[in-house]
Amino acid sequence: MNFVALRMLVADRAKYFSLIFAIAFASFLLANQISIFIGIMTRPSSQIRDVVDADIWVMDPQTLYSDEVYALRDYDLYRVRSVPGVEWAVPLYKGTGRAKGEDGRFRTVILMGVDDATLVGAPRKMLVGSIYDLDQPDAAIIDKAGFLYFFPGEPLQAGKTLQMNERRVLIVGISDASAPFQSFPVLHTRYSQALGFVGRERNLLSFVLAKPAAGAPMGKVCERIEATTGLRARTTTQFSLDAFLFYFRNTGIPVNFGITVVIALIVGTVIPGQTFYIFTVENLKQFGALKAIGVTNRRIVGMILLQALVVGGSGYALGMGISAAFFARTLNYMPTRGIIFPWQVMLGIGVVVLLVVGLASLISIRRVLVLEPAVVFRG
Amino acid sequence: MATDEIAVLCRSVTKVFGRGDTQVHALRGIDLEIRFGELTMLVGPSGSGKTTLLSVITGLLDASSGELVVLGRRPANLSQEELILFRRETLGFVFQQFNLIPALTAAENVAVPMMAAGVKRQQAVACGEEFLGTLGMAHRAHALPSELSGGEQQRVALARALVHQPKLVVCDEPTSALDGRTGHAVMELLSATAVRPDRAVIIVTHDSRIFEFADQIAHMDDGRITALEENRKNGPLTKSTPVYEAAPAQPDLGASQMIGG
Repeated sequence: MNFVALRMLVADRAKYFSLIFAIAFASFLLANQISIFIGIMTRPSSQIRDVVDADIWVMDPQTLYSDEVYALRDYDLYRVRSVPGVEWAVPLYKGTGRAKGEDGRFRTVILMGVDDATLVGAPRKMLVGSIYDLDQPDAAIIDKAGFLYFFPGEPLQAGKTLQMNERRVLIVGISDASAPFQSFPVLHTRYSQALGFVGRERNLLSFVLAKPAAGAPMGKVCERIEATTGLRARTTTQFSLDAFLFYFRNTGIPVNFGITVVIALIVGTVIPGQTFYIFTVENLKQFGALKAIGVTNRRIVGMILLQALVVGGSGYALGMGISAAFFARTLNYMPTRGIIFPWQVMLGIGVVVLLVVGLASLISIRRVLVLEPAVVFRG
Repeated sequence: MATDEIAVLCRSVTKVFGRGDTQVHALRGIDLEIRFGELTMLVGPSGSGKTTLLSVITGLLDASSGELVVLGRRPANLSQEELILFRRETLGFVFQQFNLIPALTAAENVAVPMMAAGVKRQQAVACGEEFLGTLGMAHRAHALPSELSGGEQQRVALARALVHQPKLVVCDEPTSALDGRTGHAVMELLSATAVRPDRAVIIVTHDSRIFEFADQIAHMDDGRITALEENRKNGPLTKSTPVYEAAPAQPDLGASQMIGG
C-alpha cells in the first residue's frame, strides 16, 4: 500500500510541491538564521579561540569579556608565574588603535601584542610569511580581510606599510585570523612593539596567558590563581562563553534572530500542516473506500506517515541543500567569512522537521481514524 | 430453504442513530434472506434505509438489535480486526461515485484489494490487468480514471470488486451516475460476471430501468421492507405479499436486546 500512498501524494502536484517548498523554505530559513546567529555570536570570542598555545586567561577581576579590558600591573605576570601548578605564563596585549594606509584610508584595528620571547598568542594560520618575521623592527602581521581593506585589488604580499601612532608598521605576514565581532582588521605584533603602536599607556598588560603544568587540572589551577593573586582566571572555553553571554545579554541580536527563527517555525509548521491536512481531507473518500474494502487503520496510518515523511524528507533535503550552497558561497566572502553551517544545526533542524510533519500527520491521522467507512455509501 | 444457500440472513434487524429526542430509526426490524447465486436489489425512495441496511450487512455499521448472519458469520461477534479481514477477503464493493483512486491507473485500482491483502504490487497489477481483460477493458488498463468515461470507470470499479473472488458483492447505486444505455451495459456485465452459484450480489438502487436484472427485489420505505418481489428467470416479476402490511410493526428495540450470537 506504500505504492498507493506515494501515488496519491504526488498526484496533486501543486499541493505536493507546495508542501515540499514550504518545508524547504522553513528549513532553509531556520538553518540560515541559526547558523548566522551562531557565527556572529562566536565572533566576540574569535581572538580568544585563535590563541591555541595557552589554556588559561588571567585578567582584572572586573573584566567581563575580552573586548573591554582593564590593564593589569606588569608584576601581575610574575605573580601568576609563581602560582603552583602554572607551568608558564606570558603577557598579552589586546587593544585597539587606528591604522592608516598608504593611500590615506584608515580604520580602527585590533592590536594583539604577543610575548616577544615565545610568540605565544601569535596567529597559527598564516597565508603569507611566518610568525618569526615579527622579530623585524616595526613588524606586524595583518589578517587577510585587513590587508584587502587597506590594499584593495593587490595580491597578498609582505612588505607593505601602514602607520599607527605616527609610527611605521611593516606588514611581514598575512594571517587567516578569525573574523572579530566588529569586523576590524586584526594586527599581531610583539608585546614590546605594541606600546609604540598605541601610544603611551601606563599599563599595557591586558591578559596573562598561562599554561597549567602537566597533570594539573585546569579548573583547580584557575581557582589557585584567583586565590593567590586576586585576579580572575578563566579557561579558554569559559572565557569564550563569557564573551558569548555578554553579547547575548547586552545586545538585540538574540531577539532579532529569535523573532526570525520563531516566524520560520510558525510558517514552517502552519503552512505544511494546513496543506497536508487539506490534502488528507481531499482524499477522505479514497481513504474511506480503502477502509471499506478492508485496509486496516494501521495500514492507513502507515500510508499517511509515509506521505508525511516523504514530503518532510524531500523538503528538508532541499532546504539543507540550499543552505549548504548558501554557506559554501558566502564562506569566502570577507564580511561573512567564518560563518559556517554546523552539522549540529543540520541535525537539529532535521528533528524540528520531523516534529512538524509528525504534528501535521497526527491531525490528519486523527481525521482519517474517526472516519466512518460507511461514508463511501453517501453519494 | 437450506441454510447453506443463504448468504445473508436478517432477522428483526434495527439500526438507530442518535439518542433521546434526536433518535433516528433508520432500520425498523428488517427480515430478509439473500441467497447465493442471486442478485438482490434493495429499492426505495431516499431515506428509506437501503444504504443503512447495506452498511449494516457489510459490517461498516453495527446493527442496533436483531440477528444478522453474513456468509455464515455474525458481524456482531467479530472484533474490529476480524471484521476488516472479513470484509477484505469475502466482500466486494461497487460505489455510486466509483471511488477510484485518481492517481492510480485502471489496472492499479483493480489491484488495490489484492495489495491490501499483502500481494506484491507487480503481481497484483498484473492480475488487475488480466481481470480487466475479462471485462473487455484490457486496452484501458493503463488509463487514469480521469481519462475514462463514466461507464468505463464503473467497469473498473466492478473489476476491483470482483478481482479477489469475493462471496458477496455489494453495489451502491451502480448506475445512478451513468446514462441509461451505459447503465444497462454495466448491469449486463455485472449480471454476467458477478452472479455465480457461490456468490450473492446485493444492489441498492432506485433506478427502475435495471430491475429486470434482479432475482429478488426488496422494496423499502421508512426503514422497513414493504414488499419482496421474486424474479423467476425468463419470466415476469412476481410481487409477493407486502411484508409491511402483513407483518406487525416492529417495536424499537434497545441496544440491550441486540442479538449478538
